[in-house]
Amino acid sequence: MNTISYDVIVVGAGHAGIEAALAASRMGCSVLLMTMDIAAIGRMSCNPAIGGTAKGNLVREIDALGGEMAKIADVTGIQFRMLNKSKGPAVWSPRAQNDREGYSAEARRRVEAQESLHIMQDMVTEVLATDGHISGVDTGTGTRIACKALVVSSGTFLNGVMHTGLKKSIGGRFNEPPAVGLTASLEKLGFVSARLKTGTPPRVDRRSIDFSKVEEQPGDPDPQPFSFQTKEVTRNQVSCFLTYTNKDTHALLRTGFDESPMFTGLIKGIGPRYCPSIEDKIVRFADKERHQIFLEPEGRDTDVIYVNGFSTSLPANVQYEAMKTVPGLENVEMLRPGYAVEYDFFPPHQVKLTLETHLVKGLFFAGQINGTSGYEEAAGQGLVAGINAAIGVRGGDPLVLKRSEAYIGVLIDDLVNKGTSEPYRMFTSRAEYRLMLRQDNADRRLMEYGYRFGLIPADVHGSMRKKEERIRTLSEYVSRKSVPPSAVNSYLESIGSTPLNENEKLSQLLKRQDVRLSELLRLEFFTTDSLPLDAANQKDVVEQVEIETKYEGYIVRQQEEIERFDKYEAMEIPEGFDFQRVKSLSTEAVEKLTKVAPSSIGQASRISGVSPADISVLMVYLHG
Amino acid sequence: MYLRLKDNDTIAAIATPLGEGGISVIRISGAAAFDVADRVFVGKGSLSESPSHSAHFGRAVDASGKYVDEVVAVTFRAPNSYTCENVVELSCHGGYLVTQKLLQVILDAGARAAEPGEFTKRAFLNGRLDLSQAEAVADLIHSQSEAAYRSSMRQLSGDLSREIKAIRDELLNLASLLELELDFSEEDVVFANRIALDDRMSDAVAALEKLLLTYEVGRVYREGVRVTIAGKPNAGKSSLLNSILGEGRAIVSDKPGTTRDTITESISIGGVLFRFTDTAGLRETADEIEREGVERAEKEAEKGDVVLLVADYGEKYYNGTIAEYARLSDICAKVGVKFVRVWNKIDLYPAEAPRIAAEGREFYVSALKGDGIDFLKNGLKELALGKEVNESTVVVTNSRHRDALARSKRSLGLALDTLRSRKSGEFVALDLRAGLNALGEITGEITTDDVLNNIFSKFCIGK
Ligand SMILES: Nc1nc2c(ncn2[C@@H]2O[C@H](COP(=O)(O)OP(=O)(O)OP(=O)(O)O)[C@@H](O)[C@H]2O)c(=O)[nH]1
Ligand SMILES: [Mg+2]
Repeated sequence: MNTISYDVIVVGAGHAGIEAALAASRMGCSVLLMTMDIAAIGRMSCNPAIGGTAKGNLVREIDALGGEMAKIADVTGIQFRMLNKSKGPAVWSPRAQNDREGYSAEARRRVEAQESLHIMQDMVTEVLATDGHISGVDTGTGTRIACKALVVSSGTFLNGVMHTGLKKSIGGRFNEPPAVGLTASLEKLGFVSARLKTGTPPRVDRRSIDFSKVEEQPGDPDPQPFSFQTKEVTRNQVSCFLTYTNKDTHALLRTGFDESPMFTGLIKGIGPRYCPSIEDKIVRFADKERHQIFLEPEGRDTDVIYVNGFSTSLPANVQYEAMKTVPGLENVEMLRPGYAVEYDFFPPHQVKLTLETHLVKGLFFAGQINGTSGYEEAAGQGLVAGINAAIGVRGGDPLVLKRSEAYIGVLIDDLVNKGTSEPYRMFTSRAEYRLMLRQDNADRRLMEYGYRFGLIPADVHGSMRKKEERIRTLSEYVSRKSVPPSAVNSYLESIGSTPLNENEKLSQLLKRQDVRLSELLRLEFFTTDSLPLDAANQKDVVEQVEIETKYEGYIVRQQEEIERFDKYEAMEIPEGFDFQRVKSLSTEAVEKLTKVAPSSIGQASRISGVSPADISVLMVYLHG
Repeated sequence: MYLRLKDNDTIAAIATPLGEGGISVIRISGAAAFDVADRVFVGKGSLSESPSHSAHFGRAVDASGKYVDEVVAVTFRAPNSYTCENVVELSCHGGYLVTQKLLQVILDAGARAAEPGEFTKRAFLNGRLDLSQAEAVADLIHSQSEAAYRSSMRQLSGDLSREIKAIRDELLNLASLLELELDFSEEDVVFANRIALDDRMSDAVAALEKLLLTYEVGRVYREGVRVTIAGKPNAGKSSLLNSILGEGRAIVSDKPGTTRDTITESISIGGVLFRFTDTAGLRETADEIEREGVERAEKEAEKGDVVLLVADYGEKYYNGTIAEYARLSDICAKVGVKFVRVWNKIDLYPAEAPRIAAEGREFYVSALKGDGIDFLKNGLKELALGKEVNESTVVVTNSRHRDALARSKRSLGLALDTLRSRKSGEFVALDLRAGLNALGEITGEITTDDVLNNIFSKFCIGK
């Protein structure tokens, strides 16, 4: 009956969907990417920025695995900054402002250029499964399409409802209709859904802002790209601007509270605490006299400014009047009011660490449908889902990233084992092995996987291997080399560090707070020595060795912890294991273990309600 | 942040049923079993160098070298042991109290308190037990951990849990301040300065330290205090004992050397059980029986917690320093026994009043008339419990609680070191988290979410 058939269908062409579709097709699958609006591929529906603390690390990881986000962000970035530069390397995070239209266009260009990846503008109304296996979808235009794997990455579109004041309209994004039918269809298959909420601020016209009253925030003087494959960022950068709300703003906002969909109980979904609306902020932190507002340009050639920090669902006129009390915005032109959006998600205990659902083989969930927020979180999941969908079709071992090797691993592990009651955002504090999961070493951690799946070209992989070799040689040199006082004392004095009295190991010297390897290697003593590499041209190698030497004590400790951790991750629990059978488990443990169905002892230990004794009992049982 | 998964580290526990007399065995198992045992065991040669399945006589001592008990150590080398790991078993003949003390000393020497059923679990996982026993082993782990959990909960009194929770909350706040700076550096919030962090972290360490000290107090309450009464013949030792007890237990006479054998009597002072041992007078002597008594007295003194050195008040004036006591006070100082002087027979020196000397370690009494005995009793109680402790003070009694508190304190110490070396917050957070997790083992799980929740509730975050 049906004539069309694909290996993999991806529903939704947001940040998760494009990664999933590109990865699966690059891995040799025929892929259909379905979107309700072709013009909306890779649209940035919230702020026009990529990266930030922890999120920047996700972007670097996506890139190392062979994903697309970093490259699109590099091409369309209008301002680049490395956050947390004053702190240790583990928490440095790249962030960029991006050209909203440019980003979307670039994403679309890349998707369209991909061979064996078809795009279709249609809506999925029914997910079809036979005997617990995915078999295809029915679409809004009445077409039935067969597939071997389906990735659902439908963002905020599942039964999306937008609120501005007491005005409600259906849709997943401004001026875009919601996806209806998909939730009901998934529920028919046995999945359970819940509601979440997120919000967005108003957009204003750049020409109506008085820039003499706001503070400029320029980009970094030496902008760093996201992608390991981007050589450098050369284009001019634009600035953002900082201003603050005040008592008048807050007073005005309060006049709209009786028409707030939040406070009147119209909105039932739970919003993110780390990204509250401005009305939430002034209620919860009533004694705070001002709040930051970032004015972020939406692009190089547009006058649209994103009013970051002013997310709101109050009535449009209240938003407008309140903004006019903010310095610099006295004569502001509001192009579009902010709004809150409520949407369906599927509590993520329903997926495995591969992002395949427990209930239907071949069905994958990625992005906001799993309860996350953020482009980066979505893209990371999309990539994993796409890779695993392709592996499901072609055969092979699925990709499960461990907490000890990637933020993406932390993300999925948290979702599956702990669930989430608010839109989940990544923070560095969520990663217990934070010191190892740095943005600077994402290539060393993950490129091998990307290469194995055919998502990283051989030459890129080859240069990473070469870099690894150079790191080893320079490390050996650093730990071996003994430095005489005469060679470094004037340098040490120049940075206010105590001079040497006798020879000291270079590695020891590097442990001092302000001593930099790159600076040392420029000293004559070293340039005339037989250095194992051209330090000036291999900054990345020098950086790796410096970090690993400087923080050696801590890094070694984390590595030991990781070894211990990995041991428990390697103790497998067979699929379909019946926890009921283990009589000595506590009742609560049986219930929780059955719900999450962990695949390893390590994973089981992270489920709340499972005690160390339960883990011991399980270990004994599985051993037996 | 999650469950502390137990590795193949070295564990120890009492392996014989508690309570009854006879021999008690403490088992140490794990790669470092021999090293740990050697830190406690003093005998001929080290256990690390001895062959498998060999027995060694010796003494067990604590970290300061203080004698704990006479023990026999039996060695088993991997894989020829119950757990298939290196195992040392220390047998002591002390009852409940001494065995508990020995276990504590072993834990302080680097072993971890074994989880309930952990030896059996290791034996099983290392292939020692039959696969058909899996269910039985699982059952054992389950029932023993239930029991341990219940006893731990019983001993986590409302006050104690409140105190631990207060420390935990403070650590949580500190962790939040550090994370705030790392994850939310772009936010318009005030970040903690290093001096304030240092102060607050040091305060938390001090609070943990104080709780840990109460374990000592707890030990005093549980195990009582052993007091040895020593002094020259005829100083009035037996009279003092009778006077403290309020009855005539020991024979008193004006003939020096009346007491030939040791007598032990117990009395409760302010809720603490004191066990007084009256000994033969200390002096060089040719009398065979008496010399033996003197030696026994010295040995007794070494085993006790406190030595009361009784002397006729007259000696203070007529004899000046007293050479005979030097050896005893040396021994006491070496093994960490508290040394108290009691000047007796003040009734013979009418100008003297019963009192406690300013330094607190000298008392003036009349055993005969009972003058100053109350001062002495109260002084002994303070000496055992510390001045601040009173009936309502929170006391740590569970060895698992103590273990967790000690680990927490150690981690915070590391975090402080890092902080003071001006390293970035994520390095400080590493050990601070470990400190929090250790406390979480007592009060319940701690997760990253707790830190994030705390941040979101206290600081206005979010663009
Ligand atoms: N006046 C006076 N006489 C005391 C006092 N205490 C003990 N005596 C006397 O001193 C003598 C020795 O007392 P003991 O209690 O037997 O002395 P001891 O230290 O036990 O002596 P040995 O067991 O022989 O070592 C007895 O005649 C006691 O009555 C006191 O406080 N005042
Ligand atoms: Mg006597």
